[in-house]
Amino acid sequence: MAFNTLMGAKVRRREDPRLITGRATYVDDVQVVGLLYAAFVRSPYAHAKVLRVDLSEAKRALGVFAAYASADLRAAGLDVSMPVAADIPGMQKPPHPPLATDEVHFVGEAVAMIVANDPYAARDAAEAVVVEYDELPAVVDMEKAVAGGPLAHTSLPSNVAYDLPTKVGDVDGLFASADVVVKQRLVNQRLVPCPMEPRAMLAQWDTGPGALTLYSSTQIPHLLRTNLAILLGLPETKVRVIAPEVGGGFGAKLQFYSEELLVAWASRQLGRPIKYIETRSENFQAMTHGRDQIQYVEAAATKDGRITALRMKIYSNLGAYHQLLTPAIATFTPMMSIGCYTIEALECQLIGVFTNTMSTDAYRGAGRPEATYLIERMIDLVAGELGLDPIDARRRNFIAADAFPHPIVTGLVYDSGNYQGSLDKLLRLVDYPAFRARQTEARKHGRYLGIGFSTYVEICGMGPSAAMPAPGWDSATIRVEPTGSVTVMTGISPHGQGQETTFAQLVASELGVPIDNVIIVHGDTDRVQYGVGTFGSRGTAVGGAALKLAIESIQEKAIKIAAHQWEASPDDVEYRDGKIQVKGVPSNSMTTAEVGFLAFRGVNLPPGVEPGLDATRRFEPPNFVFPFGAHACIVDIDPQTGETKIERYVAVDDCGPIINPLIVEGQIHGGIAQGIGQALYESAEYDENGQLTSGTFMDYAIPHAAQVVSYETDHTTTPTDVNPLGIKGVGEAGTIGSVPAVVNAVMDALAPFGVKHIDMPLRPEKLWRAMQSTRNGATRT
Amino acid sequence: MSRIEIDVNGTHRTLEVEPRTLLVHALRDGLGLTGTHVGCDTSSCGACTVMIDGVSAKSCTVFAVQVDGGSVTTIEGLGAAADLHPMQEAFWAKHGLQCGYCTPGMIVSAVDLLRRHPDPTDDQIRAGLDGNLCRCTGYENIVRAVRAAAGAMRENSPRHSVAELLPAGGGD
Repeated sequence: MAFNTLMGAKVRRREDPRLITGRATYVDDVQVVGLLYAAFVRSPYAHAKVLRVDLSEAKRALGVFAAYASADLRAAGLDVSMPVAADIPGMQKPPHPPLATDEVHFVGEAVAMIVANDPYAARDAAEAVVVEYDELPAVVDMEKAVAGGPLAHTSLPSNVAYDLPTKVGDVDGLFASADVVVKQRLVNQRLVPCPMEPRAMLAQWDTGPGALTLYSSTQIPHLLRTNLAILLGLPETKVRVIAPEVGGGFGAKLQFYSEELLVAWASRQLGRPIKYIETRSENFQAMTHGRDQIQYVEAAATKDGRITALRMKIYSNLGAYHQLLTPAIATFTPMMSIGCYTIEALECQLIGVFTNTMSTDAYRGAGRPEATYLIERMIDLVAGELGLDPIDARRRNFIAADAFPHPIVTGLVYDSGNYQGSLDKLLRLVDYPAFRARQTEARKHGRYLGIGFSTYVEICGMGPSAAMPAPGWDSATIRVEPTGSVTVMTGISPHGQGQETTFAQLVASELGVPIDNVIIVHGDTDRVQYGVGTFGSRGTAVGGAALKLAIESIQEKAIKIAAHQWEASPDDVEYRDGKIQVKGVPSNSMTTAEVGFLAFRGVNLPPGVEPGLDATRRFEPPNFVFPFGAHACIVDIDPQTGETKIERYVAVDDCGPIINPLIVEGQIHGGIAQGIGQALYESAEYDENGQLTSGTFMDYAIPHAAQVVSYETDHTTTPTDVNPLGIKGVGEAGTIGSVPAVVNAVMDALAPFGVKHIDMPLRPEKLWRAMQSTRNGATRT
Repeated sequence: MSRIEIDVNGTHRTLEVEPRTLLVHALRDGLGLTGTHVGCDTSSCGACTVMIDGVSAKSCTVFAVQVDGGSVTTIEGLGAAADLHPMQEAFWAKHGLQCGYCTPGMIVSAVDLLRRHPDPTDDQIRAGLDGNLCRCTGYENIVRAVRAAAGAMRENSPRHSVAELLPAGGGD
């Protein structure tokens, strides 16, 4: 394929041959000699005193090598608390031991660990552990938890982890002068991330050098290495973390789990490799959850529909413990709550609450879907209050396309945008007037169609280091090998996002190397320079930007070496069409591979230029990036059953220039499906005792193929100047944009029933009841 | 322990298994065929789907002893890099996978779907894949892939190898 056609081309993924033939290696596919298997005993109670853990029978069971309870860890010198990277001034931090000590705080908390020579034997022995509990009152509802319900931790004075006020702009004045104030309580329900591969880990202690290798299904191999080294008291140079094939993460593997620590620790104790693969039931209980906010919102608006100010009280259910980023997630919500509008002031009280539930943490979007849902529901409610069309209401509030870079009231600076442009394109695709005509006609025949819009902006490309709880930069190394092959080591850790392909497209295009000669290495701390990982839609916007810098370094050196061969000034030599040539003299050219060989051979190099052609660069983002877009959803509600059928879903997204449209569309598709899942189906449910009642795929409804629709996607292209590629992230945009589009569509369909708001998930029963109560009460005709 | 004999991907295998050993564990741990994945413990997700005597089945819900004397086809037996099954090729061409964890089961189910419906409608494809969960793709490109594979298989297109399809990164 010609050189310059790779960028923007639908290149088939280079990851796929191993995946479609069953030859990929996920953690559970790794086999090593002498492997042992771990199983965990988990609390059946949400809150209880642990009176006694009796391991004696388990230790005698066939095939068992070791059994540990919390006291055994401490006796052996492992007396640690799991780390939390995010901090909020004055925040309460309950101790978080890797195995529960004298009190358990959620259903599924690990109490004991078994190591045996076979996974079935480990499970059998776990069954033989006797734990005596004294049940304590559990608190599940976060509002009750704040209002004086039972304590989630008896060791803490209250359930409030933090209470964070924000007040910017003339909130009081704008509310006093508002023509209308619209109020709504919004529940953004708890979700379970559900990557198809549950948590998986294999620790291998090498007794000779005293070094540890941990294979883990993780999004952050290097950060995991650092944390493991600290907690195990090992030199970081003696810890290697490998993320082999990773079967999805969605934020829940942006984490340091106690199981990872324990498997590594026990491997060192026993001098044997240990594997732990959790069951899906364990995954539902003990892998981090997402969302779970209750938002009290007031919007002040003028009579022509301009929203001027917001007041919010937001409860964020943190669960029982701080995991790595737990307290930070909800802070994105007020920060992004003005959306793509010119709102001048806001006030927010954000309350982080402990309950006897699994911790919440990052889940695809992480705090921003909650912001987008908040503002996109409010703008529809304001429009409804004033009798405005939701499109008109949005147009009256948009930040103008010529107002970028645009500082917003919360202190962020939106990099670039054209919100009007993406909405215009969307409306052309949807044919809005035709839909409204069809809707009116359908209502006459007792059919309830609805259309919902969402015009979103999100914050990603995480991020400037000073604004992050961890480093925000990422890294890339390029090595041009003597034979002209190019090895790229990227600090990000893709697990489905396809950078083995897009990064190779970038390198092949810029260096003029056949794509088959480029290999992208990632996910191994011994092979790759320190990198921060894949999360927060940062892979290409930060990791790709670092790669672009490394490409520039390679090009600069290659030009110097080539110019020296021609006795030309480097200023007169350039990369053009993938070759190095004297400007204007295409006949006088060399390839990167040819220069690479010269550099390797070390002969006839310019003075002061070292042999070898390689470069390591890091990109520190000067700002976040702010992708945006406009989504529309058309639904058809069955009045007999309350079932929502999505008729069309149309998305126009803008993530800047696109390297590979196949992959970008795939990210959007998957994001939309997860958004539809939240809007219509999914909800993690704990009963009042803290029992997880949605603990399997039979009770927790991630969408099946027949529950979603064929998505229509398109793009506008607004580059950013935050990074040298002009690219914004796309991993989370679909999820962030889609949820309010679906809910707004259902509310539009139910408008004849006088329904203004129903909390998610919009399952048939809820909609049927809402329609039924109006019919019976005859509040409207 | 029980001794069982199974034809696995065209090769006769004799195994000793505990009576409670699940077929998926016999395949993965006993025979090293790790392309078949485990994604749940309630027979919901379909990541473990294989063909038993030519019909798709969830291998996490079958004891290995139940297939004694029968035949099993796993993703490894469907096609290798040098000889891709049209369904594998279609998943690749249409970007029908991201993290790849559900993919082997999804492909095997899709092959069985085409056995029942050689020219399926989109609704038939979606209904036919009801037992397979994917969290990455939103199913859109999976549906496109199955449709494309159905066309290729009806036309009896030759099987391809990765080497033929990969060079120069041509898309379609």
